[in-house]
Amino acid sequence: MQTHERGAMTAMQFGIFTVSDITEDPTTGRTLSEAEKIQDTLTIAQHAEEVGLDVFALGEHHNPPFWSSSPTTTLAYLAAKTTTLQLTTSTTLITTNDPVKIAEDFAMLQHLAGGRVDLMLGRGNTGPVYPWFGKDIRDGIPLAIENYALLHRLWREDVVDWQGNFRTPLQGFTSTPRPLDGVAPFVWHGSIRSPEIAEQAAYYGDGFFANNIFWPAEHYQKLIGYYRQRFEHYGHGTAAQAIVGLGGQAFMRAKSQDAVNEFRPYFDNAPVYGHGPTMEDFTEMTPLTVGSPQQVIDRYAGMRDLFGDYQRQLFLMDHAGLPLKTVLEQLDLLGGEVVPVLRKELAVDRPAEVPDAPTHASLVAAARAAEAAELAEVK
Amino acid sequence: MTATRTITVVTAGLSQPSSTRLLADRLAQATIDRLADDSVTAEVQVIELRDLAHDITNNLLTGFAAPKLAAAIEQVTASDGAIFVTPIFTTSYSGLFKSFIDVLDPDALTDLPVLLGATGGTERHSLALEYAMRPLFSYLHAVVVPTTVYAASSDWGSTGDASTGGLPERIDRAAGELATLARSSDRSTRVRDPFALPAGFSPVGGFGAQ
Repeated sequence: MQTHERGAMTAMQFGIFTVSDITEDPTTGRTLSEAEKIQDTLTIAQHAEEVGLDVFALGEHHNPPFWSSSPTTTLAYLAAKTTTLQLTTSTTLITTNDPVKIAEDFAMLQHLAGGRVDLMLGRGNTGPVYPWFGKDIRDGIPLAIENYALLHRLWREDVVDWQGNFRTPLQGFTSTPRPLDGVAPFVWHGSIRSPEIAEQAAYYGDGFFANNIFWPAEHYQKLIGYYRQRFEHYGHGTAAQAIVGLGGQAFMRAKSQDAVNEFRPYFDNAPVYGHGPTMEDFTEMTPLTVGSPQQVIDRYAGMRDLFGDYQRQLFLMDHAGLPLKTVLEQLDLLGGEVVPVLRKELAVDRPAEVPDAPTHASLVAAARAAEAAELAEVK
Repeated sequence: MTATRTITVVTAGLSQPSSTRLLADRLAQATIDRLADDSVTAEVQVIELRDLAHDITNNLLTGFAAPKLAAAIEQVTASDGAIFVTPIFTTSYSGLFKSFIDVLDPDALTDLPVLLGATGGTERHSLALEYAMRPLFSYLHAVVVPTTVYAASSDWGSTGDASTGGLPERIDRAAGELATLARSSDRSTRVRDPFALPAGFSPVGGFGAQ
């Protein structure tokens, strides 16, 4: 079968994720226009592929200062401009989007991108988005659970009859296009604190992504440990075989003091944690690493000791008003110096039972193997 | 064998030394004494919110508690009884005090026996305990003892009058009420499961979604 994947399977995927914030550069006082920032992000994504990264993930927001309201449109453009980059989201709002539209949009994207597509589902944490889309934020978890149950079926059953609590019923509905090669895009469920979402990911044997940015590692350790346990409970494999993704954050310069000096104003004014803890405290408490590429390697090579061997590591590199030139230099360092070493270090003693990062090719192979096994049983 | 109960004192005084801490210590000692009367040993920990002020603000901004604050929150949450004392600022609990309450999980204090105290320059603010403090803890489903203790500056140099007991009497009565509730609490020995799923949770949703 023809696939558009890069030849070699990748045990671990490395990439970047962006929230698409348009933030003033605190060192110049300049704020980019939406048009500029959108073009910059397209450049950043393509550069991620150029420097040898595997994944680009784009957030979804429906309020300024964020521009990315329509990720599949953006990712479709990038699919045409790239050849190996895995395109995904961080996150797709499973609560306020119609699961039928998610099924259609991502199946379409999957065809356009030759399978280089997966998606990460999240609930979203901007209160007014729920009422803007006719939903109630208090239903966040039930919406995430029910909408995904429908999405899961729409990609796997050609004709769906369905009735739930949150959207109009479906009778004889077929979501088109059907997923590429009859295989649904891989789904990661993102959560920072809800055991329900970890439980859902485990139930379906889907991936679990911990953004790992804002909170201390111990918190995510417990959450991922729980997901791994439940993955095994539901019979998808051992806990070590559960599919785990982690976020991370770094700022690098050849000399670590240069990185600290250059990044500090961006840290101190960042929308999420600015004007709060010192950069020193925050880097100690969270995976944010500001320093030399070697410091980043050391920090992230240690992640598997905390979370077990995992499949995907994404870095937040472009937020808080960092200028394009700086972000591209960061990607050069990430792709050129950090990730090649991490690939080697994380491959050492990686148990054979730990699955490689899921790709369209691996999912197709698994589906065909399952079909063959079923046939053999019938005979 | 003597029983042990964990009592946590949360005090929001800002000066060093503060009369808020002074009241908190008095309430704590009276509670220890009343529990001792029933052969219960009290393990008392005092949390000075002043020492956590930066961490509390950072938690409001970042959404997570730094280790020292996390330990304090855990301490309060896993207590058999707690004493909360705040200075009254501009008719209510202090902003620091409320900020600490705001970083707790909404169910962290559910069924926790609580004694409330406050200090102020004038006795005219004493009802702040009833119109501000008590509703706050009622909302959090804490069990607030009937007697609250307000100490105005003048209380440190006076005795009671014909209708009201002096500060030591009020402290003793309130401590007795807290001791009675804390004695029968099992909160400090409970196992808390942060990943407990809500009753009836199904990973595929409810009606029709299967």
